[in-house]
Amino acid sequence: MSKEEKNVNRRDFLFTASYTVGAVGLGAVVWPLIDQMNPDKAQQALATTEVDISNVEPGKSITVLWRGKPVFLKRRTPDEIAEARAVSMDDLPDPQKDEERVKEGKDEWLVMLGVCTHLGCVPLKDKGDYKGWFCPCHGSHYDVSGRIRKGPAPKNMEIPKFEFVDNNTIKIG
Amino acid sequence: MSEHEYKPKSKAGKWFNDRLPLLTLGAHLTDYPTPKNLNYWWTFGGILTFCLLTQIITGIVLAMHYVAHADLAFASVEHIMRDVNYGWLIRYIHSNGASMFFLAVYIHIFRSLFYGSYKSPREVIWIIGLMIYLLMMAAAFMGYVLPWGQMSFWGATVITNLFSAIPLVGDSITTWLWGAYSVDNPTLNRFFSLHYLIPFLILGLVVLHIWALHVPGNNNPVGIDIKKPSKDTVPFHPYITIKDTFALLLFMIVFAGFVFFTPNVLGHSDNYIPANPLVTPAHIVPEWYLLPFYAILRSVPDKLGGVILMFGAIFILFVLPWLDTSKVRSAVFRPIYRQFYWIFVIDVLMLGYMGAMPAEGIYLVLARVGTVYYFLHFIVVMPLVGLFEKTDPIPMSISEPVLTGGGAEPSLAKKDNGKI
Repeated sequence: MSKEEKNVNRRDFLFTASYTVGAVGLGAVVWPLIDQMNPDKAQQALATTEVDISNVEPGKSITVLWRGKPVFLKRRTPDEIAEARAVSMDDLPDPQKDEERVKEGKDEWLVMLGVCTHLGCVPLKDKGDYKGWFCPCHGSHYDVSGRIRKGPAPKNMEIPKFEFVDNNTIKIG
Repeated sequence: MSEHEYKPKSKAGKWFNDRLPLLTLGAHLTDYPTPKNLNYWWTFGGILTFCLLTQIITGIVLAMHYVAHADLAFASVEHIMRDVNYGWLIRYIHSNGASMFFLAVYIHIFRSLFYGSYKSPREVIWIIGLMIYLLMMAAAFMGYVLPWGQMSFWGATVITNLFSAIPLVGDSITTWLWGAYSVDNPTLNRFFSLHYLIPFLILGLVVLHIWALHVPGNNNPVGIDIKKPSKDTVPFHPYITIKDTFALLLFMIVFAGFVFFTPNVLGHSDNYIPANPLVTPAHIVPEWYLLPFYAILRSVPDKLGGVILMFGAIFILFVLPWLDTSKVRSAVFRPIYRQFYWIFVIDVLMLGYMGAMPAEGIYLVLARVGTVYYFLHFIVVMPLVGLFEKTDPIPMSISEPVLTGGGAEPSLAKKDNGKI
């Protein structure tokens, strides 16, 4: 009896060990097949773009392509900045101060991904109910700070990582 | 499977059949007892098989000339249209073929909904069919991306962004799908690969679909169980084959009408503009066959909510056999359900129209009403009507209403009511 029990236990151990090794092996094979679909090194290499901003007049904006996505660089007028800062946090679906969306001392420059946070369309400038951007795909309205105000988009337009190389150049990424 | 054992006539046939019983399978398919009262709505299974094969054959040919690269894809499609011998014809058959495929599949699905073909014992046929339908949508979506026009690019952007609504891992999944930080060359490349793969998955599921069908046999317009083979059935060949062929010819006339006379009417002219990641077209609309679901997506003022409802609108169909509580299959004998059925058809058509219109004003209101009704139909109407409806008397057999010259005797049929 005790001998038989011992055999059963040994067999159970072998089964469990085999399944475990098999599962780890399967995972080790499957993971490369899944991970190959993530952005490759060539895609990652495109991670920074330098932009010359010397020609942008106040109140105007330019659009550049970064990692395949449009980036809006808007030089805002003092009026627009004041308007963006006068908004009460309670009116914002995704509360964020305008100050948090720009670099200190460079308040006139709004640099953000020109991608609607709903389903990724490019919003149109100077349109919509809040004088900012309007997404034609599903009707999201953004304000002069690129914050979502109305419509299906859940979040404010994203601020990418960027820095001022000098007064006339911005490096995105 | 057939009741009788098949015996090949020739010695060679017998030798082969003993080793691989393909001839037995052929005999089964030929003799397969089919209800003799199948109407023309039952010919769409054959038509769909034709559509699938057409797409596979034209697709393989197109892949010989197409280049799956963001810089070359658009030009290579124009090359097919202008330079390749009969390239215009093959491409127009393929692009209109997708629409014809969906037209046929929608008729096939709505036929099933009317005659209760999804009900016991045919739930597995229904579920496999829905899996085919899902794969069809995936294949059609990815195929639409391949010409790399404006609608291709922005359609791909919007649809892949649906996955970013998933909490926590959404953005990682979207980046993984793209293989880049936006829809880009890696996305196009993998979509081409998957677009080539999916039709063969569908083909495999079609085999299972037909296999599962041949276990209980066809449902029929009367919706009753029949003995097989009996005087209620006819052999599949030549009775059904000839009828299917005739219906297929009529279908091909419509198909050819689109291909030769209005090959672009079902597409969007913006897709003849090369993809531009900086400019979104003013109105992004999917192909017509996805419009009802697009309307549902847009009718919800919340990103995640919209995505959940849109996928829910399809996945609720999977549990339909258990939401429908009626024991009677065919809507012919269900006076109340029959009316709700047509309201539902109108609701889906209306949602499709709203999906094509801008999401504002009255269109948005109607889309919301349509969305609510869509779900009410499955969650409330189907279970309740089945419980409370007084169904009409059901004939004992298919032959009966014919032989007795009209409807069944109520007394005769009543006792059959519960048996279905």
